[in-house]
Amino acid sequence: MIKKAFLGLSPSQIHYEILPVHLPETEKIPAPKSITLYHPLIDPYNIPSTLGIGDSVKIGQKLTLYTDERQYVISPISGRISSISPYTGDFGKNFVAITIARDDSEAFDETFRETIQTPSFELLRDYLVGAPGAPPLETLAKSNGNIKTIVIRGLDPDPMVATSQYIAQSRMMDLEKGIHIIKAVTDVQDIVLFTAGETVQGYGHIGARVAGVKTQYPAALPPMVMKDVLGQVLLAGQTCEEQGVCFFSAEAVISIGSAFESGQIPTAKTVTFIKKDGSRKIVETCIGTPIRYILEACGETVNEFDRIILGGPMTGSAIYALDHPVGPDTDAVMVVDRDKAAYASDYPCINCGECIRICPAKIQVNMLVRFLEANQYEEAADSYDLYSCIECGLCSYVCVSKIPIFQYIKLAKYELERAKTSEAANA
Amino acid sequence: MLEKRDMLEQQIPLKQQKLIVSHAPFFHSGRSITERSYHAMLAALPALLMGLYHYGMPAVGVVCLSVSTAIIWELVINLVTKRTITIGDGNAAWLGLLFAMLVPATMPWWAVATGTFIVIVIGKQIFGGIGSNAFHPVALALAMMMLSWGSLFDFDAALLNYDLEFATIYPLAATKYFGAVSADSFSLTDLLMGRQLGGTGATFGLGLLIGGIYLMLRGFIRWEISLTFLAGVYLTASVFNLFNPAQFAPPAFHLLTGYTLIGAFFLATEDSSSPVNFVPMLIYGAAGGIMTVLIRNIGAWVDGVILAILVINLISPLLDKIRPQALGKVE
Repeated sequence: MIKKAFLGLSPSQIHYEILPVHLPETEKIPAPKSITLYHPLIDPYNIPSTLGIGDSVKIGQKLTLYTDERQYVISPISGRISSISPYTGDFGKNFVAITIARDDSEAFDETFRETIQTPSFELLRDYLVGAPGAPPLETLAKSNGNIKTIVIRGLDPDPMVATSQYIAQSRMMDLEKGIHIIKAVTDVQDIVLFTAGETVQGYGHIGARVAGVKTQYPAALPPMVMKDVLGQVLLAGQTCEEQGVCFFSAEAVISIGSAFESGQIPTAKTVTFIKKDGSRKIVETCIGTPIRYILEACGETVNEFDRIILGGPMTGSAIYALDHPVGPDTDAVMVVDRDKAAYASDYPCINCGECIRICPAKIQVNMLVRFLEANQYEEAADSYDLYSCIECGLCSYVCVSKIPIFQYIKLAKYELERAKTSEAANA
Repeated sequence: MLEKRDMLEQQIPLKQQKLIVSHAPFFHSGRSITERSYHAMLAALPALLMGLYHYGMPAVGVVCLSVSTAIIWELVINLVTKRTITIGDGNAAWLGLLFAMLVPATMPWWAVATGTFIVIVIGKQIFGGIGSNAFHPVALALAMMMLSWGSLFDFDAALLNYDLEFATIYPLAATKYFGAVSADSFSLTDLLMGRQLGGTGATFGLGLLIGGIYLMLRGFIRWEISLTFLAGVYLTASVFNLFNPAQFAPPAFHLLTGYTLIGAFFLATEDSSSPVNFVPMLIYGAAGGIMTVLIRNIGAWVDGVILAILVINLISPLLDKIRPQALGKVE
């Protein structure tokens, strides 16, 4: 996937790995004895006692801490709640980790099946937010009809990850059904499926426009797709949703499709498992399965100081515990050997210009990083295009000084957002 | 199915392993500052070896002393300022080597040590170390040395005692003082093959070209700067030559003499003192070439490369304000 170029006239290129025509077999991993679900928490100091340890749950049962809010999780197994504890995710996001111990009753919750006769957007929103692929239904609901186009990813944004690609190619029937339902329950009629340029054939009947993108990273990142496929430049500082485009992964669409087909909320998450040697395996496991369990099932050994990454090598995030569960949006689990992982250094920028040459957003990264290192985030945003960043990570990838530029950028955006929120609160 | 599940769960060890958490991306292209330094040195070797062949052991002495003192100065500064030891990145060694390539083979030891002091301490470290220098450290050091001890850089006098198989006269000085006609005594082949007086590593045109092309192709230097620098020299020298062929040497002569090639490939392209955007790089390189010939032909100095490079270093941050519009930016 990543080849170190000998010649350096053009910047190094990272290509998406396209799956072979004969798709690899998925390995189905059985549900473990206990699973963990992350329920969003509104107030970290106050966990409502709606759910209690020992409560019995059924497959497909909706578990919610708040009776008057929309947050919920769907239990993928039947059993009893064995623990409820707070959990803090990346950038201070708060969750409650609900652990469910499996029993062998395999009892189904029928609430969803009883209501699917008339598919409606509210029904989707009530049951499928946590389905595999994490359909962005809340985003769609909050846009107040602003969304004009739904883009379905048939190619994963991160190189090496193959989940969306795999699903778009192997489950076309469900995809078609999902597109049909989305069209029926939302006002959005313009649905675009994009996939790697060379695999664009064969989607004729799907019910959506089909477009091919280049196989060179970061062509499948949302801002690049907007630019190349929709011909719409993402304005600096705006989100895709603000500009009327909502991104669905192929898996999110098939979750919707198969939920209405079978009357059960899907719980099997397709995950690309990337081993230390770079080989990949498509595995299917239930949401909430601890990463440790997948590692064991795939026969991968993890040593001290290795890295486990949820997501791909360019934009994923590292986890610190093997008990971390697979979430609805965990498209890949990657193990990086401690000797092969990239390390950051405290060298200053030497102005070599590699980042400038590779930046797809044409940002003056060399100048930007100087401001970010000095915590001058506002200046960075005003004068050096912080908000134009599409977060591809290529600048960090090529940096000869090994400056964690990508992390600086994400931190700066987070800090500015935080400052804005607290200013608004104190205004 | 159930058996497999139970088997899996039994295998899971209870011990929690320590994992490293870091930020994305988790891969790196593998390029490093050390790699850049060593490849620059590698690219400089052909030209340097030819210089050592011509000037023998004194040149070897200058090179060794220059590289070692440069490293020592860097180490001293690291220790005095209580910063990380940075001699391992090869940058100090490379700057020391470059300094030795530009000076005559007979430079006295104290001048070499002083020169590398200026390179490392004044040129690089007091600005804040690698990446922070506004000028090319070696160009700055050479300019200061030329102003302070001009006679050390009189190549004709410095290399007087050598019995070489080619004209022992510094080509640029010859044309400066005796007119363009003296350029005829140097064939282009001789100039290209290093049969001319000059800095130890600055005379072998072919070797410098090979090194420069290697660095450009590998992406260690920015080709835009080198090529426009050479184009600037060539075009400006052509204009002078067209107006007064008797006084001003032909453009090819300017390209192959003095510090032109080493300046284009090794001095003008230094990372922190040159621009990084496309158009600024073109202007920067061309300005350097033009300034070089202006200084040579109508200035007081025999060679203009060093001063021209200091001038373009000075305008580099300003030039870099010419930048492409970022994605989605609305002015």
